[in-house]
Amino acid sequence: MRVMAQMGMVMNLDKCIGCHTCSVTCKQAWTNRAGTEYVWFNNVETRPGQGYPRRYEDQEKWQGGWELNKRGKLVLKAGGRVKKLLGIFASPIQPELKDYYEPWTYDYKTLVDAPLGDDFPVARPKSLITGEDTKITWSANWDDDLGGSTENGHLDPIVEKVRRESEDKIKFAYEQTFMFYLPRICEHCLNPSCMASCPSGAIYKRVEDGIVLVDQDKCRGWRQCVTGCPYKKIYFNHKTGKAEKCTFCYPRVEVGLPTVCSETCVGRLRYLGLFLYDADAVTEAASVTDPQELYDAQMDVLLDPNDPAVQAEARAQGIPEDWIDAAQRSPVYALAKVYKVALPLHPEYRTMPMVWYVPPLSPVVDLLRDQGHDGEDAGNLFGAIDALRIPVEYLAELFTAGDADRVTAVLKKLAAMRSYMRGISLGKDPDDSIPEAVGMDGQTMYEMYRLMAIAKYDERYVIPKAHVEQAHDLEEMGCSLDFEGGPGMQDSSPFGEASGKPVPVAVETFNALRDRQTSGSAPSETTLRGRVNLLNWDGTGAPSGLFPEKPVTPPTGEQP
Amino acid sequence: MNISALDIVLWGVLPYIMVVVLVGGLVWRYKYDQFGWTTRSSQLYESRLLRIASPLFHFGLLAVIAGHFFGLVIPMAWTQAVGMSQDFYHFNALFVGGIAGVGTLGGILLLIYRRRTTGPVFMATTKNDKTMYVVLTAAIVFGLWTTLASVFEGEHGHNYRETVAPWFRSLFIFQPDIAAMAAAPFSFHLHTLVGMALFMIWPFTRLVHAFTAPLHYLFRPYIVYRSRDRDRNGGRAGDRTAGSTTSGVPARRGWSPVGTRDRDTRNR
Repeated sequence: MRVMAQMGMVMNLDKCIGCHTCSVTCKQAWTNRAGTEYVWFNNVETRPGQGYPRRYEDQEKWQGGWELNKRGKLVLKAGGRVKKLLGIFASPIQPELKDYYEPWTYDYKTLVDAPLGDDFPVARPKSLITGEDTKITWSANWDDDLGGSTENGHLDPIVEKVRRESEDKIKFAYEQTFMFYLPRICEHCLNPSCMASCPSGAIYKRVEDGIVLVDQDKCRGWRQCVTGCPYKKIYFNHKTGKAEKCTFCYPRVEVGLPTVCSETCVGRLRYLGLFLYDADAVTEAASVTDPQELYDAQMDVLLDPNDPAVQAEARAQGIPEDWIDAAQRSPVYALAKVYKVALPLHPEYRTMPMVWYVPPLSPVVDLLRDQGHDGEDAGNLFGAIDALRIPVEYLAELFTAGDADRVTAVLKKLAAMRSYMRGISLGKDPDDSIPEAVGMDGQTMYEMYRLMAIAKYDERYVIPKAHVEQAHDLEEMGCSLDFEGGPGMQDSSPFGEASGKPVPVAVETFNALRDRQTSGSAPSETTLRGRVNLLNWDGTGAPSGLFPEKPVTPPTGEQP
Repeated sequence: MNISALDIVLWGVLPYIMVVVLVGGLVWRYKYDQFGWTTRSSQLYESRLLRIASPLFHFGLLAVIAGHFFGLVIPMAWTQAVGMSQDFYHFNALFVGGIAGVGTLGGILLLIYRRRTTGPVFMATTKNDKTMYVVLTAAIVFGLWTTLASVFEGEHGHNYRETVAPWFRSLFIFQPDIAAMAAAPFSFHLHTLVGMALFMIWPFTRLVHAFTAPLHYLFRPYIVYRSRDRDRNGGRAGDRTAGSTTSGVPARRGWSPVGTRDRDTRNR
């Protein structure tokens, strides 16, 4: 047994209102650079829907993740090492921009500059790829809120599959539709196929917290990771020629702050915490023959942080005491393994994903309410969960490789919690038959309710800090994206865009500070390369570049 | 045969300057510009033409490199010793070399066509790229010229294995056989010069990606671990099964950094 720690996330889908705040704040923090216009480390998909990039779940086409070969050995679905190297000159299976979308901006300038006329000026959409006028045809959440689903709904790979297996059809008629949101980030898998696909070995998993990162210096742009990741959560920065991915906001997590997507989540649906897992057991667990047993195998890999034997082994492996303590308080461990309400996304890809989802009960509740039933009554809910095959099967294809019983069990737990707690809120005596019906006791159910419904900040996010004695190593260790003004933000150099070493922010700040202290004047255009770093501006004077330059001669108006 | 001063400069001095620039440039760029060291793929923009052109060019180029190895490095005496007749060798060289050369040229022409006509790809093309394409294409065209010329000249053609190849080998023992090279026809001179120019600009263009061809992928473990704490495994890739990340792994032998181990373990 080799105990390792893994930062994990759980998202409670019942709470997601599809506001995209996580996507927007993530984009502002990480991918607001040239070359990453189409890159969404975090995106929110409406399901049923095609997802982003379109139909990424169709692994017959995209060949992401792992599969078992004839001898039962775990191999990359897109092919082994030799095949990958032979296909390196033009990666054979690769999403193109049209599978994402062509990013655009608007020609806002004409709104201000247009000469006086009879018509209102229009800001035309301009392609950020070609710089020319463009027609907007798709984007990262084009089918948001089932928009266009009557026409495109059948293109969802999971709808296709459920339809194939069932005589019923998922109807996209309004009154029969169910819908929920699925926010997605990188899964930071225990058995990442992107990493296994990388010819350069530039993608790595951090020993301390299991965060998967791309070494921007070692990446050579072979693009095999994009093929390898079944979730299509590695993106190719077309300006720098490097792969980029969700970093689990490691600079924040290292100091105990939640990721940007979690921190800004309006619905407070994200949970962050530690898993302890047995690294030696991962490959075997991912090689289980029946895809529906992968969930159980993944559960077995996760270790009980309260088990003294596990703790002893963790200490022996050098996991600090406060991390072991954090693992014991971990909300993600509780939701995934203690209450067993969180499920991994597409376990059948065999990557052992570490971002988990509490499946939504709301489609069922909504339907009951719309039909005039009491959507909070345990009996009604249990009956409806059994009767509503289509939503359950759809959820099962997402979270349990098609095992509907498992999803039903989770939904019933959620229904029981709802109904049990309503009784208590209404001042009735707790009806312990409800938790018993789903194999729990009243006390556990109440604790689960606290974690899921009250969801206090410090219970949602249990993030042990990286250690102070390691702080020096953390500083600019050369991981992906860790410098402000990093990838993609340099001027074009003779070697192509964004060549050269990014300037560490500490160095830039240090130089600017020294300039100001020694030069006697405000930081000028020359020292700041025409930019004003407001962090270095102490309010004395106005450094040139702070305001747009005034024209030297006043504009000559019509002289009478 | 007279050896002019120009011959000495071109065939006695320039090759060594080329090597210095190539090696020095590569070392310098590897240190200075890891971040810019990439294929700068444009497949995201366009893949229909690339799917044909790029493998055609690259595999053709690999065959061309292999051909150069056979022609320049293996002495004529060796092939004759194993009973390969001059005609047979020549036929093979021209036939295989011709196919490889035409494939490479076709590939790069298609790639250039694609680069020029696909808007986003052309926008992503730097001046550096354009210069590189000119030199690279010239090297291929002139190389193909030497090959085709010997096809048309037939038996009267020039036998580069008596001129260029001995010169090439002599460079490695630092006694360049300038006279041999000077005796080669102009087409070979031109191809060699352009080739040397190509190698001199190599480190400063996107071509550098060739020097990090990921052959080690065949041998590395699939899952790569790295430690934040460099003491734990030296910040090196570890094997899942090797257990290289466990504490207590002896440090690698070699120079030790200055400093004393932090003995304050209370806070650990």
